[in-house]
Amino acid sequence: MKVSYYPGCSLEGSARDYRESVEGVCKRLGIELVELEDWNCCGATAAHSLRHRASIELPGRNLVLAENAGNDLVAPCPMCFNRLKAAEKSLLKAPTGQYRYNIEGKIKIWDLADFMARQEVLELIQPNVTNPLEGIKAVCYYGCMTSRPPKITDAENCENPMSMDLILEGLGAEAIDWPYKTDCCGASHVIDRPDMVFKMVGRLYQRALEVGANCIVVSCQMCQANLDIYQDRIGQQLGREFYLPVIYFTELVGLAMKERQVATWLSRHFVDPLKLLGDQGLLG
Amino acid sequence: MENAQPGHIKVDLSFSDLAQTSASLNVNSCFQCRKCTNGCPVTFAMDIYPDQVIRLVLLGQKERVLKCSTIWVCSACETCTTRCPNEVDIAGTMDALKEMAVKEGIEIPQPKTYAFHKAFLDDVKKRGRMFEGKMMQSYLLNSGELFRKVADGSIKEEISLGWNMFKRGRLPLLPKGIKAKKEVKEILR
Repeated sequence: MKVSYYPGCSLEGSARDYRESVEGVCKRLGIELVELEDWNCCGATAAHSLRHRASIELPGRNLVLAENAGNDLVAPCPMCFNRLKAAEKSLLKAPTGQYRYNIEGKIKIWDLADFMARQEVLELIQPNVTNPLEGIKAVCYYGCMTSRPPKITDAENCENPMSMDLILEGLGAEAIDWPYKTDCCGASHVIDRPDMVFKMVGRLYQRALEVGANCIVVSCQMCQANLDIYQDRIGQQLGREFYLPVIYFTELVGLAMKERQVATWLSRHFVDPLKLLGDQGLLG
Repeated sequence: MENAQPGHIKVDLSFSDLAQTSASLNVNSCFQCRKCTNGCPVTFAMDIYPDQVIRLVLLGQKERVLKCSTIWVCSACETCTTRCPNEVDIAGTMDALKEMAVKEGIEIPQPKTYAFHKAFLDDVKKRGRMFEGKMMQSYLLNSGELFRKVADGSIKEEISLGWNMFKRGRLPLLPKGIKAKKEVKEILR
């Protein structure tokens, strides 16, 4: 299986753990990720907040690159995915000449979690699960951008996505249903309004614990950073101590397949997942 | 929460069209059910509610919507746009209003949020990709946060965060540029 791959800017920096686990797991499964040649930033929230035209043309350029490459396009970052989809919808309906780029709409843009939750990929994973994840009680936290708005994302069930839940069940982990799957973490406000993000993330922790989770599983590096990096400080503000490792679903796929590099990926987190996984006997 | 004062406003029905230049935002379909506001996760930090933003746009209260904090506090989670029964793109309208406020030189009530977006786009303009280390540097400088943090000692937290990211291999020191820098610069000119 061969697809075009758009890692996005944060996977080149702070989300190195996500990138390594995505690439490690796909390699193991025989999914060939061909990085788009000379891709550019999608513009993220900054572009759609301040420069509507650029918010279509920045991802638009990447879509042209992807159409030229010819394969379907996979984006691990939900923000990039959302912007690519927004550009796709706009460019396809815009009259010629309105934007700098034209596309034909001949390739499919995939959110990585949706891509991997297809039967076809689940069947690739299944025979490799030599370390079933018993004892992992996870809430899957999808965040906003792979779901909303469904007119852009084409999400099947934007209020109750299931891709990571399905993948986790196949790994032998328990995926606990909870109502905050797609609630917002505050995203980039962590830089300019950390007070808002701390409040929003604190609610997520409390609900995750109420439903009996021992970790939170994510597919978004923005969510991962907001839930992982500041857990101590949010705990201090709420007057309680949290221990909720925030793990990428790809890291769990790797763990269940006993990928050798898993401990390296996980050691890049702030809230140490190795303690939880060791206690559950999953590191042996 | 601020209340509108009926009888003291001059209605301008042309503004809602002006505010919808760039996309099909559908503001005119709003029938004020307030579903947007009820599902919004950040109303706690807003000065006026999302439904009020839409209402004020419809009434042509340009100055009030362009000066409100709400459009900058919006986290663009798209819950409102998703749930609106009339397909009003509320989050998209917030974006259009931000863009308009900047163009018109309005004093922005959430200057740090604007400074972050600006630092981000300036960084993309330079290299074609965003490089977190540089982007954060220019954000801290341009927002005035660097001086505030030095003055009140909270700069320690930033330094400790940077060090912890570096230790974990998550803070590369050199940016990667792309070949088509000029093209990206042109998009952002």
